[in-house]
Amino acid sequence: MMRFMLLFSRQGKLRLQKWYTATAERDKKKMVRELMQIVLARKPKMCSFLEWRDLKIVYKRYASLYFCCAIEEQDNELITLEVIHRFVELLDKYFGSVCELDIIFNFEKAYFILDEFLMGGEIQDTSKKSVLKAIEQSDLLQEDCKESHTKIFAL
Amino acid sequence: MSYVGEKTLTALPSLLSLDSQPGPAKLSSTSKLGNLIRGITELTSKHEEEKLIQRELESIKEQVSSPNTSMRQMKELMVRAIYCESLGYEASFVYIHAIKLAQQGTALEKRVGYLAVSLFLNESHELLLLLVNTVLKDLQSTNLIEVCMALTVVSQIFPKEMIPAILPLVEEKLNHPKEIIRRKAVLALYKFYLIAPNQVQHIHNKFRKALCDKDPGVMTASLHIYLQMIQENPEGYKDLTGSFVNILKQVVGGKLPIDFNYHSVPAPWLQIHLLRILSFLGKNDLRTSELIYEVLDESLRRAEMNRNITYAILYECVKCIYTIHPKSNLLEKAAKCIGNFVLSPDINLKYLGLKALTYVIQQDPKMALQHQMTIIECLDHPDLIIKRETLELLFRITNAQNVVVIVEKMLEFLQNSPDDYTTIDLVGKVAELAEKYAPDNEWFIETMNTVFSLGGDTMQPDIPNSFLKLLSEGFDSVEEDRKLRLFAVDSYVSLLQGETRKLPQCFLQVISWVLGEYSHLSEDHNRSTVLRLLEKLLDMKQTSSETKCWILMAMTKLCEGTAGVCVAQQVSETYISSMDTVLRQRAQELQHLSQDSELREEVLPRDSGLDPMEIDSSLSFLDEFVSGALAAGAAPYKPPHQRQEELAEAKVLSLEPYGLALPISMSSCSITDRHSPTPLSMSSGLSGDSTDVSHRAGLKLDGVQRVWGRDGYLAKKESVEEAAPVQGLTPVHSPSLQNEGDGSHSQTPTPTPTPEPDREKEQLASSLFFGVSSQSSVCLMGKPDSTFNRRRKAKVQAPGVTEQLSSSVAPVSNAVDNLLCNNLQDSNINSVSAASSKQTCELSPRVPAANGTCNTDCGLPESDRKRSNLSISRDNGLVDADSALSEDQGSRSDLCPSSYLPAELCGLYRSEIAPLCTAHSLELSACHVHQGDDMILIIFISNSSDSQVLQIRLDLKSEQLKVTCVSDSSVENIKSHTVAVYQYSLAVKRPGVDVEVDGTLSFLLPAGTPQTKHFSYKLPLTAFIRPLLISTEEYGTMWLGFSHEVKQNLTLVDDGCEPLTFTLNLLKNRLQLHLVEIIGLEGILACRLLQNQPCLMHCRVHAGALAVWLRSPVPELPDCLVYHCQRVLQEK
Repeated sequence: MMRFMLLFSRQGKLRLQKWYTATAERDKKKMVRELMQIVLARKPKMCSFLEWRDLKIVYKRYASLYFCCAIEEQDNELITLEVIHRFVELLDKYFGSVCELDIIFNFEKAYFILDEFLMGGEIQDTSKKSVLKAIEQSDLLQEDCKESHTKIFAL
Repeated sequence: MSYVGEKTLTALPSLLSLDSQPGPAKLSSTSKLGNLIRGITELTSKHEEEKLIQRELESIKEQVSSPNTSMRQMKELMVRAIYCESLGYEASFVYIHAIKLAQQGTALEKRVGYLAVSLFLNESHELLLLLVNTVLKDLQSTNLIEVCMALTVVSQIFPKEMIPAILPLVEEKLNHPKEIIRRKAVLALYKFYLIAPNQVQHIHNKFRKALCDKDPGVMTASLHIYLQMIQENPEGYKDLTGSFVNILKQVVGGKLPIDFNYHSVPAPWLQIHLLRILSFLGKNDLRTSELIYEVLDESLRRAEMNRNITYAILYECVKCIYTIHPKSNLLEKAAKCIGNFVLSPDINLKYLGLKALTYVIQQDPKMALQHQMTIIECLDHPDLIIKRETLELLFRITNAQNVVVIVEKMLEFLQNSPDDYTTIDLVGKVAELAEKYAPDNEWFIETMNTVFSLGGDTMQPDIPNSFLKLLSEGFDSVEEDRKLRLFAVDSYVSLLQGETRKLPQCFLQVISWVLGEYSHLSEDHNRSTVLRLLEKLLDMKQTSSETKCWILMAMTKLCEGTAGVCVAQQVSETYISSMDTVLRQRAQELQHLSQDSELREEVLPRDSGLDPMEIDSSLSFLDEFVSGALAAGAAPYKPPHQRQEELAEAKVLSLEPYGLALPISMSSCSITDRHSPTPLSMSSGLSGDSTDVSHRAGLKLDGVQRVWGRDGYLAKKESVEEAAPVQGLTPVHSPSLQNEGDGSHSQTPTPTPTPEPDREKEQLASSLFFGVSSQSSVCLMGKPDSTFNRRRKAKVQAPGVTEQLSSSVAPVSNAVDNLLCNNLQDSNINSVSAASSKQTCELSPRVPAANGTCNTDCGLPESDRKRSNLSISRDNGLVDADSALSEDQGSRSDLCPSSYLPAELCGLYRSEIAPLCTAHSLELSACHVHQGDDMILIIFISNSSDSQVLQIRLDLKSEQLKVTCVSDSSVENIKSHTVAVYQYSLAVKRPGVDVEVDGTLSFLLPAGTPQTKHFSYKLPLTAFIRPLLISTEEYGTMWLGFSHEVKQNLTLVDDGCEPLTFTLNLLKNRLQLHLVEIIGLEGILACRLLQNQPCLMHCRVHAGALAVWLRSPVPELPDCLVYHCQRVLQEK
């Protein structure tokens, strides 16, 4: 099971965080700080997996954003890389070639997509289409965002 | 996605300007959030940011509390508040409004409200209770989106104790017509299962329904629950194996809708999940594994594409193959797969390959040889993660021959180790290797010096403890001990003469103890030199007061002669007025003892290391004082609970909190505590001179291949007749050829020309992998080293009992065996196996002969196959002779293992013989026998195949028990259809509710492949409990002496007339206690834990329940015993 997922920028700004197990606020901050430091210090050609505390860390950099997941001992690192990749694909599809600014300005949307994709630390839906469909259905209710419909329907 | 970067830059101006881009993404920057974000990016200092956010929060605060704010505005405010929180500024005033928004808003506002709640609050936040009602309402909503949101938030964050309130509604959703709702409901239940498993126990059959759901998504979701449940209890779900295999077959065969494909691979997540489930089901279970083999083969075949995602599946397949019951052709494919990973240019795959290699290397050390060049390269890899993993791998294959090189590599890594976590771990490993395999004293001491200076004060305290213990206990030869100590002293003196400021405190403590104890051995350094060096340490400002205590202790031992006394006086005067009481006491001691040399001789006798210190935890030396005080009219001491009880009785009102109503949950929560050891901190200055180091100073042997047995190097025997193939140097050698090499026992290696380029690396390789495979142990025979053998021995076996056992019991058991089987003539070649094979008999051949099939499966080149056939037939010849022998015994004996019980144990009370595991044709079973005050564990290994199984080695270890081999465990070969019996004596080291022995069985298949198999045997602590026959008076004095106490209320079993007597008798009979006396409403019982650790029990009927106090000198014992009492009474 995934324990948490972090998105942070190359400058060390946390963009998104999702915790799937109960963690105290103070520990969260400490872990985030520590992990960011470790991951940001790593060079591009290095291994995407780390062993950190009792967890395994899987991270990947997309442009200026780092996607970083913590998984448990028995979990599969490679498939976690694919989880990250699928999440990026979803964001990309939803925002239309996503960039960091999309996530900064629309972080709540990014959270909604993540919630639709992962639930309780496990993959909920692996089909790209159905995740976006669920988001789209909720978005339909949003009268004030007309452009978004046209965009979504165009997909 | 590198274009994203450029895009970000080009998008920046347009985003921050007024013209907003169309699309769902681009939020208009005229919005307030947009302004806020833009404002922050424009700021230059942290201080300004702080000011801006504070202003923002002020305005949010004002607006949220205004009654005129609409829900729509509230949603917008909430998003801003989330943003501020994500920057690290607290906005706790909006939490309640987030809940309100989730409650009152329309769907979209609700969604933001729920999101805010899940981001702001954690599972134990009190405001969450206010959410329960909202969730309840939304779960019943007809709007699908609201139901979805409620299920999402429930799986994300929900108070555990409120689960029952919503459970029926979530359960109902399992029948919902929409699959998305069913899927989310299943995942929500999964979450409940994780945080409160007993709450969802009653709906297990509904999980089955979800598993059979027509929608693959719902089925996939249900697998999460199954994975968890099967992991906890594989036995309960074996019947589902077929279904899981079928599902996997369909998935692999591409039967799922195309929607589930990921990069044209069918449902990889589902595949991986199923593989994990199957590996749990097939673990240690031949029959289930047989169902799985085919689909694994299929998965491996299908996954052969060069995609990232297929590697994920392959990796999981490999893990599964190595977890379930082994099958040779799959193992071969898996090994090839690991090879591909290791050799891959992709660094992630290489890393996983190394990891897999680390995992399988113990089962198959030859894998290391195959990949030695890659391993060497990885050892110098710039990425520390890779390097670290390589060291881990090397750690697993360390033996006496390569220890020097490997430890050097590890220390090198440690020099620039990045973090404490790694340091602690690696330092521990180096220390372990050094203690086990050190080739000589100098190397040992120097390595430990590096360990201490690198590990610093972060390392685990048992490292210095066991090091000191090792020094003080010594080995067999006095001369060798003296040399080791002397070398340590010399090395420390020269260390102290250099720069000392950088040395960690714990190293200084070790140094001062060693110098205090053993400087007299050295003739080069007189005591005053050492004293002066120590004094210098005292003056350093880095030295902690704890270390100072150690130093003062050392000085006390050393101050002799006028110069010494002078230094001592000076020092003690400085510290005699210290604020630290311990330090002050040490200074006092130093002052007095330096003046009175006779007294010092008595208090601190030289070379007293071997005498065990007696610690009187009962403080019996105070008895006189106590009785004096009592005589003078003082009130007798009452422990707190008794006082409280009396108080409660006097006032009628009970001041104690109610005991938990459910004894089960009570015991289950105390179990976790029970396992925590009570470490004896020896690093305190008080115990600086004691040699009774921590309880748990024993070696951790997990993960280390056992190379040394009681009879010396274990691989030595088979290596005698073998030539010395330096296969370590020939990476081009094909693996199958190597396999054959040791299968046929006679092959001389053809010298393969080594590829030119890297001589240096090869040299490293040959030193690293030396002695890894059993056949390359040439040097061993030439160099029967003795020091480290002894060192290991001294470490592993506790002095005293064990040593005596190992020296005297072996011949005895041989004699017993001879007695048993004196009618059988031994015609065996192998003298070691004689003892056991004599008592063997034929087993019904249930398992088909394995060796023939697995040899032909391998697909060897023609020439090799011929040779292997040859070797088989030769083996068969052997087998024939043996089976003829055993057949004629077979007619005389039974088939079941119980008939192999050694004669002296027959008729004694013993447990059922329980099967432990099966490995190829070997079946292990075990039972424990109560032999007076000894607990004997008997392990039967029966070989049901038609061929002999060679080089059997059985290693037992346990954290809680001391395991001593009683029988001659060097039985190495088990002939076909025979049973070998191993005896171990068990004693409790650290009590637990149940105690467990972990074992490793390793053996050589007829084909020559070494195999290992792990198993464990659990027995309840009650097996070690015996009645303690004492009188009431004795009980009284003992009671006062014990310090560890546990109190518990137990249920009183009522048989109608005398509930107390009945209950106590029940406990007495079931747990083997001694009922000392029953007086009125109270009763006392006594028992002892083998060998001789008493536990006393005082019971009293109080308010319809049985209040019980237990006391014992052993910290964990009362707790464990109370658990068993509960169990007994519950069963009743």
